[in-house]
Amino acid sequence: MEFLGGKFLQVFIALAVFAALIGLIMLIVDRAPKSVKDRLTIVGFLAPAVILMLVGLVYPAVQTSILAFTNASGQPNGADNFVWMFTQPEALVTLRNTVIWTVLVPLLSTGFGLAYAVFIDKARGEKVLKALVFMPMAISFVGAGIIWKLVYDYRGPGIEQTGVINALRVMLGMDPKQFLLDAPENTIFLIIVMVWIQTGFAMVILSAAIKGVPMELVEAARLDGANAWEQFRNVTVPGIRGSLVVVLTTITIATLKVFDIVRTMTAGNYDTSVVANEMYTQAFRAGEPGRGAALALILFLLVLPIVVYNARVLRQQREIR
Amino acid sequence: MTVMPAPDEAANTSRTQTRKDKARPATPEDSAPIMRRVKTKLTSRWATAAAVIIATIWTVPTFGLLVSSIRPAAKQVGPRSDGWWNFFADWDFTFKNYVDVTAAAGSQSANLSQYFVNSLAIVIPVTVFVLVLASMAAYMFAWGNFKGREWAFIIVFALQIIPLQMALIPLLTLFTQVLQIPPGSYTQLWIAHTMFGLPLGIFLLHNFISEIPGEVIEAAKVDGADHTTIFWRIILPLSVPALASLAIFQFLWVWNDLLVALVFSGGTADVAPITQRLAEISGTRGNKDYLNPAAAFVSIIVPLAVFFGLQRYFVRGLLAGGLKG
Repeated sequence: MEFLGGKFLQVFIALAVFAALIGLIMLIVDRAPKSVKDRLTIVGFLAPAVILMLVGLVYPAVQTSILAFTNASGQPNGADNFVWMFTQPEALVTLRNTVIWTVLVPLLSTGFGLAYAVFIDKARGEKVLKALVFMPMAISFVGAGIIWKLVYDYRGPGIEQTGVINALRVMLGMDPKQFLLDAPENTIFLIIVMVWIQTGFAMVILSAAIKGVPMELVEAARLDGANAWEQFRNVTVPGIRGSLVVVLTTITIATLKVFDIVRTMTAGNYDTSVVANEMYTQAFRAGEPGRGAALALILFLLVLPIVVYNARVLRQQREIR
Repeated sequence: MTVMPAPDEAANTSRTQTRKDKARPATPEDSAPIMRRVKTKLTSRWATAAAVIIATIWTVPTFGLLVSSIRPAAKQVGPRSDGWWNFFADWDFTFKNYVDVTAAAGSQSANLSQYFVNSLAIVIPVTVFVLVLASMAAYMFAWGNFKGREWAFIIVFALQIIPLQMALIPLLTLFTQVLQIPPGSYTQLWIAHTMFGLPLGIFLLHNFISEIPGEVIEAAKVDGADHTTIFWRIILPLSVPALASLAIFQFLWVWNDLLVALVFSGGTADVAPITQRLAEISGTRGNKDYLNPAAAFVSIIVPLAVFFGLQRYFVRGLLAGGLKG
């Protein structure tokens, strides 16, 4: 356990240096002459965070945008990277997969999450049921990848199956299937993992929203003769519209950036790559930072309208209130 | 990543929730709608059945991992292997897998205890850095008196839309070539994670800190307190619930991260976190495959403990502010 000492020391030094820096800032603003004290305090409090964000996000974003128009040796090459992206078959598969992911994951996660939220609202043991479906949120995508590799495990026909799904298939008289190898449906099996994780998020938000719908409205609809489905369709859903938008957009953004699941389960092979994974592969494995940057830029352009829409919906809701 | 800045709505729901929890042993002062809700609860058997089925489907994969992790190697790979559910027929279990992944020596070993310590060594400082820096900035964005405050805050909020992927290539160049931060230390990971955590941290804390009543701060000012005193003596103690939520988020993101680790860690046992090692050993098909479940479980045990122990704060943070993508 000798390695512990060195690591502990590093952490200790880092925390000490950080404490010293913060202490120094506090000391300087405290000792400053009255005339500049207020202004200096504001600067002192904001500067560390602002500098880190400028260096860590703004500057790199600008750099990446420029890099997207250069080739592997750093020379400007116009829109070549984008031409590559939209013409080469392997890049087109990546784009196609990303579209499938961003359509299916938000819809399925929100659908399951909403259904589950409605069920547990009327079920016993709500707390436990909630925690069970919410739990995957705490598990890393890498961990989830291993969990689901086990679920999808494949052994040749005639041999005892070790994966749950293939065991069920054999029990029902079907042949075992190589879930992660057979394109194009293997993308769907990766998507299921993401749905498994995101459903809990959708459920928690929507469950809270459903409890916020006034009971009187539901009751009034019931007295007017609406059945359970009509109550849900005409009272509950309009009542939680804002939360639905937030859940859908949040999951869409998370899905666009999905990387770890693909990386762990197939490493993007067998036609399963997505933009975020291809970006990493091109920039850090294939020695094509230009292409990687172009893919990152596309990712940004895809996320942008969703965030803007989300922000607008939220502002409108606030104004209505 | 975004956004549910509807604190009033969240507050409402949490209020109904606590009221409902108390309502279980139906007390007389409960209002009528809640009584009705309790009644409908008891009647809906179908909803319960459907919920239990979904919950079971959702739990089986993780449960299978746990069971697999304690089955001997011969049961998991090779000619005598079978599915983990057979465990309940033979009850053949061992902790050898766990010993192997954490303690076994040699270059072939998963060596997870080293990487486990790395994860802690990365996540603890980052959480502290983000909490302190974000709360300082959030306080100024909420109560500082300077021109363009609103606009500056909107820009910080907007920074959340920059995907991590856009920052990686230039940041790595900056760290290694310009700043010459030596590889093989945690420094690059600490700084990168802190940078990426700040926008959402500031946003979450700003939501909370700006709701603190202005009278409290005015009263302190009248008593002669300056910004520094107000921040440490009033703002931070009052913000503990929000700080707890952010700390949990930050902890889980950094612990579960793979992308930032792959780019900035260099991948050695000196620095790389457990997720990276896990991705490595699960990526290489070989005769050690039977160790994967135990290894995966070692890596998810900490986030699961954090999650189950502090679920209340986690949910509260989710409802009040959002989720990083």
